[in-house]
Amino acid sequence: MKHLTFWLGTSAALVLFALAAIAYGAVPLSLHAIVAGLAGHGDPATVAIVRTLRAPRVVLAMLVGAGLGMSGAALQGSLRNALAEPYLLGVSGGAAVGAVVAVAFGVGGPVLLPIAAFVGAAFAVLVTLLVARVAGGRADPRVLLMAGVIVGAFANAAIMVALANAPPNRVRGALWWMMGSVAGADWTSVAWLFGYVVVGAVLLLWSAREIDVLALGHESAAALGIDVERAGRRVFLLSALLAAATVAAAGLVGFVGLVVPHLVRTAGLRRHRALIAGSAITGGALVVAADLAARVIRPPAELPLGAITALIGVPFFLVQLRRLS
Amino acid sequence: MIRYERVVARYPRAPQPAVDDVTFSAPRRSVTAVVGPNGSGKSTLVRLLLRTLPIVSGTLLVDGVPIGAMDRREVARRVAVVPQREENVFPLPVRDYVALGRYPHESGWRAGGAGTADEAAIERAIILASVAPLAHRSTAELSGGEWQRVRIARALAQGAHALVLDEPTTFLDIAHEMAMFELFAALAHEGQAVLVVSHQLNLVARFADQLVLVHRGRLVAAGTPADVMRAPTLEQVYEWPLVITRDPAAGVPSLLPLRRGPRFP
Repeated sequence: MKHLTFWLGTSAALVLFALAAIAYGAVPLSLHAIVAGLAGHGDPATVAIVRTLRAPRVVLAMLVGAGLGMSGAALQGSLRNALAEPYLLGVSGGAAVGAVVAVAFGVGGPVLLPIAAFVGAAFAVLVTLLVARVAGGRADPRVLLMAGVIVGAFANAAIMVALANAPPNRVRGALWWMMGSVAGADWTSVAWLFGYVVVGAVLLLWSAREIDVLALGHESAAALGIDVERAGRRVFLLSALLAAATVAAAGLVGFVGLVVPHLVRTAGLRRHRALIAGSAITGGALVVAADLAARVIRPPAELPLGAITALIGVPFFLVQLRRLS
Repeated sequence: MIRYERVVARYPRAPQPAVDDVTFSAPRRSVTAVVGPNGSGKSTLVRLLLRTLPIVSGTLLVDGVPIGAMDRREVARRVAVVPQREENVFPLPVRDYVALGRYPHESGWRAGGAGTADEAAIERAIILASVAPLAHRSTAELSGGEWQRVRIARALAQGAHALVLDEPTTFLDIAHEMAMFELFAALAHEGQAVLVVSHQLNLVARFADQLVLVHRGRLVAAGTPADVMRAPTLEQVYEWPLVITRDPAAGVPSLLPLRRGPRFP
């Protein structure tokens, strides 16, 4: 297998971060206790901590990272833009509008808020496609990117208007959600996101060769027998909905969709089937590590996960840019 | 064979058609060159093959079948097009890049893990385009001439029997330009239909079996270089004084633009 070091390294990182994240906390656990707890043996308190508190949180973080990583890899390739990421295309803004509107109307809770966020994100994605269509450059990835930026900016304005008139306690809830967190993870939310991520992964991996060809550009892709407009739209919708599902589960976790595919590319993976799969594992590892850092830095307080991923992501990205130039 | 039959095409919101009632064929075993000034509709003729621009009326036939009635991949298995420009956003190893030419033959999960027929086609394309020494380099490290040859290798890997190239030698020096056209002539000799869009009249006159001169979307003349390259026609089309001389090496007609001298308003 090609790039064996990368696959072993990123998988090992995922497993190690996951174990560390389950071990660390108010009650530190040994590796032995973790294994016993996962299997359901031993001290009932430990079993409860591992099974209902820490494991779902770690798995949710993995799924969020995997979804965002795959979404970013597919979008960068199909839009032929190394700066494309799901959040740039209106997904985050739309999801935030959905959540904030729900909060402003007093609708909340673990069931309805994610649904509102998903609806908001899906709506924003459709508006982005519509704006691009009206602008006349449906097949031009730059127009799609600009449309996403415009929709995102509009969404931000709408959020501010909504928050300006909301009572402070609701504002706080909405803000916390916008900062991203997997603290509220339970097996139900894990199961939901798992479904989305698996379906998204299968469809994106199946389209991977098409994305390889789309990455050549409009005319060259058409020369190889692809309906560029239709294929591009399909990959875009798929990636955006996958990102929307992660946003619904964990709020806004920025920078993962942008940084992770670059990380995987620098390891030498170029074809999109490997790139998307590698981005899933690496993204999972990164978000698990970021969530661990969010808990470790200033206990017992937890820092917002989205802020941590950005704090890790920005310097890393600068190093990458430096290496490229 | 590629055949344009009374083809009319228009860009969205454009008042004039970009291609207006054009009829000609690019048969197998020959090099057909489409020439004309900037904006004459040369590249549009190529875009119609890519189906990125719809045909308003007329028919574009590939092996006797209208391309609109064919699956896009089926068209790509029969006609390999090298568009004028291609940015190299995400560089690939050259061999992987050439392998993308097999896309029209791939399906579903098998894609990318090429079979033996694919391997053979890729190897052959790499040898034909003389890019074997580059096979393990990255497309980011190539010179302009190398990049162009690698793109042609990708098109050859498609295994089509028609090759269409839009301004393939624009940025190439004399040796690369000549080598490129020698390759086209050799491919035509092997049985390919080669259709080249170019503004380098003198170059294509030496290699093309047939010239097609277009101007403002319309076909002005078609035939052998000797038939098409006549001073009155070309002066009218290019709107510049010129004479036709004879190429001392090949004996084909050669265009020499004249100086108008300084003009003061």
